[in-house]
Amino acid sequence: MSDIDFDDDDDDFLYDDEDDFIDDDELDFTEIIQEKQEKKKYEVEYKVYSIQEIEDFQNKEIEHVANIIGCLKEHAATLLRHFKWNKERLIELYMDKTEEVTKEAGVIVDAQKLPKLIKLHDFCCDICCDSGEDVESIALSCNHRFCKDCYTQYLTQKIKIEGECRNIQCPSDCCNIIVDENTIKLLVPEDTYNRYTSLLIRTYVDDNIFLHWCPAPNCEYAVECRIHDSDLNRMVPTVKCKCSHTFCFGCGLPDHQPCICSLVTKWLNKCRDDSETANWISVNTKECPKCKASIEKNGGCNHMTCKKCKNEFCWVCMGPWSEHGNQWYTCNRFEEKTSVDARDSQSKSRAKLERYLHYYNRYANHEQSAKLDTELFEKTERKMEKMQKSSELSWIEVQFLKEAVETVVQCRNTLKWTYSFAFYLQKDNQTTLFEDNQRDLEMAVEQLSELLEEEIKPNKIAELKQKVVDKSIYVKHRREILLEDTAEGLKESRWTFIDP
Amino acid sequence: MSTPAKRRLMRDFKRLQTDPPAGVSGAPCQDNVLLWNAVIFGPEDTPFEDGTFKLTLQFEEAYPTKPPKVQFVSKMFHPNVYSNGNLCLDILQNRWSPSYDVAAILTSIQSLLHDPNPSSPANVEAARLFKENRKEYDRRVKETVELSWLN
Repeated sequence: MSDIDFDDDDDDFLYDDEDDFIDDDELDFTEIIQEKQEKKKYEVEYKVYSIQEIEDFQNKEIEHVANIIGCLKEHAATLLRHFKWNKERLIELYMDKTEEVTKEAGVIVDAQKLPKLIKLHDFCCDICCDSGEDVESIALSCNHRFCKDCYTQYLTQKIKIEGECRNIQCPSDCCNIIVDENTIKLLVPEDTYNRYTSLLIRTYVDDNIFLHWCPAPNCEYAVECRIHDSDLNRMVPTVKCKCSHTFCFGCGLPDHQPCICSLVTKWLNKCRDDSETANWISVNTKECPKCKASIEKNGGCNHMTCKKCKNEFCWVCMGPWSEHGNQWYTCNRFEEKTSVDARDSQSKSRAKLERYLHYYNRYANHEQSAKLDTELFEKTERKMEKMQKSSELSWIEVQFLKEAVETVVQCRNTLKWTYSFAFYLQKDNQTTLFEDNQRDLEMAVEQLSELLEEEIKPNKIAELKQKVVDKSIYVKHRREILLEDTAEGLKESRWTFIDP
Repeated sequence: MSTPAKRRLMRDFKRLQTDPPAGVSGAPCQDNVLLWNAVIFGPEDTPFEDGTFKLTLQFEEAYPTKPPKVQFVSKMFHPNVYSNGNLCLDILQNRWSPSYDVAAILTSIQSLLHDPNPSSPANVEAARLFKENRKEYDRRVKETVELSWLN
């Protein structure tokens, strides 16, 4: 339980804990710590940002641009958002053709003052036609003046109902001047303003191809990873958010190492409509030798007529019925060439199905087992709580089980995806090596899983702990070997993928 | 009872009467200011010429923050009008601005008759004929012009 992949802060605690048990291989242990610091071949560099950090970063960029151009921060922000935060391009184009750029972005940079609410004696609002000396009104630098209430209602509608933020224009028709942040703050209630700023931050992340939100529910972190879409055939960029959700940066699905995104999508689509049905079809049907429609024989003689293509064939030998002459009820034409061909092609397509089911069953099995392992741990934890009351065991002493279950679940997830990966692999020497790694990991995981099922007795807990911890380290090591090998293969384009 | 929407609609009505745009007219129902009946006269030099197309405008209390629902009552044959009379016009959807008033809406619809947008059709047949067989398109439109005179 050295917790190699995890950057948890409580690592120290874990190591201290282990020292009591692994006195004899102190050396191995330091090696593992050293390894931990190096980046593994299957890992990518990434950073996790909180909303606050993203906001700070934006403010820094805005200030920078405002200083260079010499305009108000609010206007610099509008410009930057228009250019999707591409600062260099903005500055270059701005210096080149200021007028066009500002017009397109909806900013009048010359304005050195922000809009203010004022009372004018001859004002009449174009939206509600309110007039009078005590009507407060406001206008952006385009001078389209409306009363406060109408403006507020307009902005609220845009923000709350339409979910608009960086493109809220002056309410006047055909005016594309963007309403700046400060004006919005001045006019709308606090909760609407908060919604507005969170929408703004959202667009910042959405506009940046190297930034993605963590897909976990209610998680508010964003992950930055400098990976292009074109790299996704050569790597599986797996990242771990601060909320502990591990996911693929490329497609947003939960961790699917070592299988690459395109294969994952293919596989999931296949499984969605295939698995169970395919199983049944394989057991209960034969295919029409001509059109390959699956046929279930539920009665009658061996003279089959395919409903789909009207092909007449013999159920027993699969050869064409026309060659059967008048021998209606028995088939003695086993050696006929056409029927051998028909059986050949049938067995080929059946073999294909079998192959798929082979991989699918293992894939599904690991998925299921991971669930059961988690359930088992929950049961164990409850049991431990009970034992705590009756014996001297403390909660802390069984925490190694939690770590071990996490390892098992993680490895089962990896194993699960190795089966999908293998399904699309061309059979060659590389594949054999891969399958060896897969087998080793699988065996180790099963052994660890078995250990977890052992009955926990207070007097034997130390012994069990040692076994579990040792096995966990080994299992993790096997997983690393497998992932390193596949990652390396992807990088070198060593794997040949097929479309079975 | 006077609400901002009703106040604004009364101003729209006053404007429509004092400074009426050519070829359109409209007025609120007697018992409901939020429901308007309007007529658009078919623009000259188009197949719609001489038509008197009736429509209704249903406003909400959120007007003018939100656009009204506009529907033709007369039968229409136009690439951007659905068979139930609803119409597909950007300023009544995403390009709506609260500074538009009834006069602006009606004149926009009038110019839509003039200038259909066959690339986002609400009536596929009308759009196809408009692009491929203008003669037949004109004939079908003229049918609706004659229908518009009845009742």
